[in-house]
Amino acid sequence: MSLWSRILNAVHGERLNREIEEELQSHIEEAIASGHVADEARRTFGSILRQREASHGIRAAEWLESLLADTKFGWRQLCRNKVMSVAAVLSLALGIGSCVAAFRLIDALLWRPLPISNSSKLYVLSRKLIGPEGRPIEDGYWATPDFKVMRDAVKDQADLIAISEADRTDITWSTDDDMEKAHVVYASGNMFPLFGLEPALGRLLAPADDRGRGLAPYAVLSWDYWNHRLGRDPHVLGRSLHIGDQTFEIIGVGPREFTGTETGTVTDIFLPLSMSGLATQDSVRWHHVFLMLKPGVNPATALEPLRQHLSAVSRAFEADCSTCFRGETQASIDRLLNKKLVFNPAGAGISDLQKDYRRYLGVLGLLAALVLLIACVNVANMMTAQAAARAQEMALRISIGAGRRRLVQLILIQSALLALVASVLGALFAAWSAPFVLSLVNPPDNPARLALPADWRVLLFAFGLIVLVVLLLGLLPALRASVVRPVAALKGGEDPRAPRRLMRVAIALQIAFCCLVLFLSSLFVASFQRLQNRPLGFSTDRLLLLETVAGKGQLPVVWNQTAEALRAVPGVNSVAISGWPLLGRIMINSDISINGAPPSPTPAFFLNVSPGWLPTMKIPLVSGRDFRSQDASPGAAIVNETFVKTFFPGQDPIGRTFERGANQPLNTIVGVTPDVPYHDLREPSPAVFYVPFDEIDDKSAPSAVGFASFTIHTDAKDPLALANSLRQLIAERHNGLRVSNITTQLDLVRDQTIRERLIAMLAAFFAAVALLLAGIGLYAVLNYSVLQRRREIGIRMAIGSTRAGIVRIVTLDVFLMIALGGCTGVALGFGAARYVGSLFYQVKATDADMIALPACAILLTALVATLPAVLRALRTDPTEILRAE
Amino acid sequence: MARTDALQGSLDLLVLTILSRRPRLHGYAIMAAIASTSGEVLRAEEGSLYPALYRMEEAGWIRAEWIKKDTGRRARVYELTAAGKKQLGAEESRWQSVSLAINRVLREV
Repeated sequence: MSLWSRILNAVHGERLNREIEEELQSHIEEAIASGHVADEARRTFGSILRQREASHGIRAAEWLESLLADTKFGWRQLCRNKVMSVAAVLSLALGIGSCVAAFRLIDALLWRPLPISNSSKLYVLSRKLIGPEGRPIEDGYWATPDFKVMRDAVKDQADLIAISEADRTDITWSTDDDMEKAHVVYASGNMFPLFGLEPALGRLLAPADDRGRGLAPYAVLSWDYWNHRLGRDPHVLGRSLHIGDQTFEIIGVGPREFTGTETGTVTDIFLPLSMSGLATQDSVRWHHVFLMLKPGVNPATALEPLRQHLSAVSRAFEADCSTCFRGETQASIDRLLNKKLVFNPAGAGISDLQKDYRRYLGVLGLLAALVLLIACVNVANMMTAQAAARAQEMALRISIGAGRRRLVQLILIQSALLALVASVLGALFAAWSAPFVLSLVNPPDNPARLALPADWRVLLFAFGLIVLVVLLLGLLPALRASVVRPVAALKGGEDPRAPRRLMRVAIALQIAFCCLVLFLSSLFVASFQRLQNRPLGFSTDRLLLLETVAGKGQLPVVWNQTAEALRAVPGVNSVAISGWPLLGRIMINSDISINGAPPSPTPAFFLNVSPGWLPTMKIPLVSGRDFRSQDASPGAAIVNETFVKTFFPGQDPIGRTFERGANQPLNTIVGVTPDVPYHDLREPSPAVFYVPFDEIDDKSAPSAVGFASFTIHTDAKDPLALANSLRQLIAERHNGLRVSNITTQLDLVRDQTIRERLIAMLAAFFAAVALLLAGIGLYAVLNYSVLQRRREIGIRMAIGSTRAGIVRIVTLDVFLMIALGGCTGVALGFGAARYVGSLFYQVKATDADMIALPACAILLTALVATLPAVLRALRTDPTEILRAE
Repeated sequence: MARTDALQGSLDLLVLTILSRRPRLHGYAIMAAIASTSGEVLRAEEGSLYPALYRMEEAGWIRAEWIKKDTGRRARVYELTAAGKKQLGAEESRWQSVSLAINRVLREV
């Protein structure tokens, strides 16, 4: 026999008892048969029961047996209070599920190492400098020639890898096909070998592919793209795909797990860095540079010398670069050269999504943790009340010899049961909610994609969380139960206030957490509302946007003719053209110099628009006129009010001129518009100037336009209804124009607030749950306390206490706790709000209504929750109570 | 009382020895064998015999089996395992050295 048999015996305890008894009986029979007197034979045995107990202890695993017994008992206890248990399980499940879901998102976006070898030795290079607005900024983009110089300089100790961001690019599989979007990344040829990646098909890019523009027209597909776009077609090798005017041959498919280095975006196509037209330009900083330490190089000692060496090399490159700072003032050149190169660990990849969502996810995690804490306090309260009701049982158990360890075990098992059932439900909730929240992270046409596997990281976190929950739930009641003094309890007189005191502290805690959640939520919801209701200055109503491209470019006349054709379609109200939409992904700035002076330190943003674009967007003119069809750029310009304030303060701008950089042609201001948001709803409007869509070169010849966006005001309420027929119409004209993206101005505005909407929605959800849980907790505690004190209340009534007096003694301390908790919560809220202040829009933590709202909500909840208990107290019949006692 | 004290710490040895000579005995028979072979000097109490048997069973020195007796009742009989034989050797040599030591002490005093 072994441990296993002891475990079996523990599980089948009854059978074991029968067997032992049978053996003892058989022994006694043998004794009698061999001539002993029956009574004597039995007497020599002593108590059969004691024998059995002693023997049982040897043959069965006692710890397991007590565990099983306690589990059964705990389960029965839970089943007895069905409503309470279900409420406890549901609230815990919600808390655990939210925490696990938040962890999955945070882990997947920020912590999970890339599926490459040596991810811990991967760093990304960036430079810290002072931005044009005087604020410190971090610049993570590098020019390819600069990258090459740096790569050669440190090649003994580290490898440098250039990887561009995943750009949503128009590609075609054969020239007749419709255009489609794919995330394209340019990478230096050493990326795949250094990452230790093996192809799933064909071969991957290699250092030999870094040959120069046009010399290595090869493309590697990611496994994911090969899977969902090409159905894992094994004959894909050798096929060609077209991007702009370039044709690439597919040479391989990457490994299954690797989706690029940009966490949150799945790269579809990898191209050689050298194939980009930008790769030869000294002054265009367009890709990231990663650093991978060579094997055997110690990061602790090698990184700082490497950093200094790279910094010197890069600075020398830029100082020598003739095109880098053309036209800049000396002060501005000094500012741009005076930067500090830094290494950041990049083992988890790098992406804008990480930057944008780091704090949001932090807030999400905090809210989820708070809700879990509130739920835990609730359940612990419930168990304390139960334990208090069972004080006599506990005392009895102790006086007949139960170890205190066993009592603690009993209660911990009960909380473990709750936590386990809750964690099963919580796992289901997390399995659903993490992908759901992720799907809300980005605009629907370009969703964020993260792997959310339920692997050991998630399981480990969940396990730790459950242990924590069990301890939080059970420890307090367990410790209380174990210090029960049997004499006092059995006399019925142990200090009746002790559990109530504990529960009051719990109430204060709960209200503090709840207040914090409500406070943060009201800040986020108000932020979102103010952002959403911010006056735009243009109309989003019935505006369809056809983002259109023209391969090598088409003359403005072709674009204008197409616009004319669109105008003729029934249901189209007006059509105008702009270089790109407002609040879209594109923003381009330009230097401004007045009267031939050097460019000002602050650049201005611009947009090419056709005549009629302003009225189509319902942007009014403050003064001056709209463009006319004979206006061209450079020549005429319309500016916004901030532009006037910045460059012509206190002057009438109409008729004045500016140049786009030193020694550029003049632009004459013909009109002034109010400020409208250009690229970001949250930021104050920058200086913006509009120039005519028709551009001319130095020789006054019209220049070709590669991409632009038709802005179409439709008669129908839903502008998208017309989208497909208009797209068809453009395609049928066969003039080189192709629609690459269809959207509406309303969607672009909505996409601006997507983060705020998400956090406001989640915060409101958590606030509602927190409020509900706090309400339930209050109700339970007060109800319990009234039940406990009914004798006291009865006596008070009998000796003439007024109803108001009764209400006061029942509720006074609870409301004191609420006030205490509320103040603590708001204080915590101020602390938290400082950390996340940058996420708010036109909302400050100190705004009176931001505090008033949670306070009112909590007070209202408290009133509703305490009402039943107060009524119960008032209905107490003194004669009945006193007679019963 | 002296009889029980004499058994302190040597019950295992006695049971193992008995079982090594006569396999498949039930509890009562083991008790009886101890009494008879020691000339009624040594007597194992029921209260310590069965716990000792179960402990040795746990340790894997002996194994038990239910058999049907003539009376129709079941009895649990014990026999030595390989590990038990080894243990018997160890217990025996321990006993020899202890009794030798005790004898030496007795002679010295």
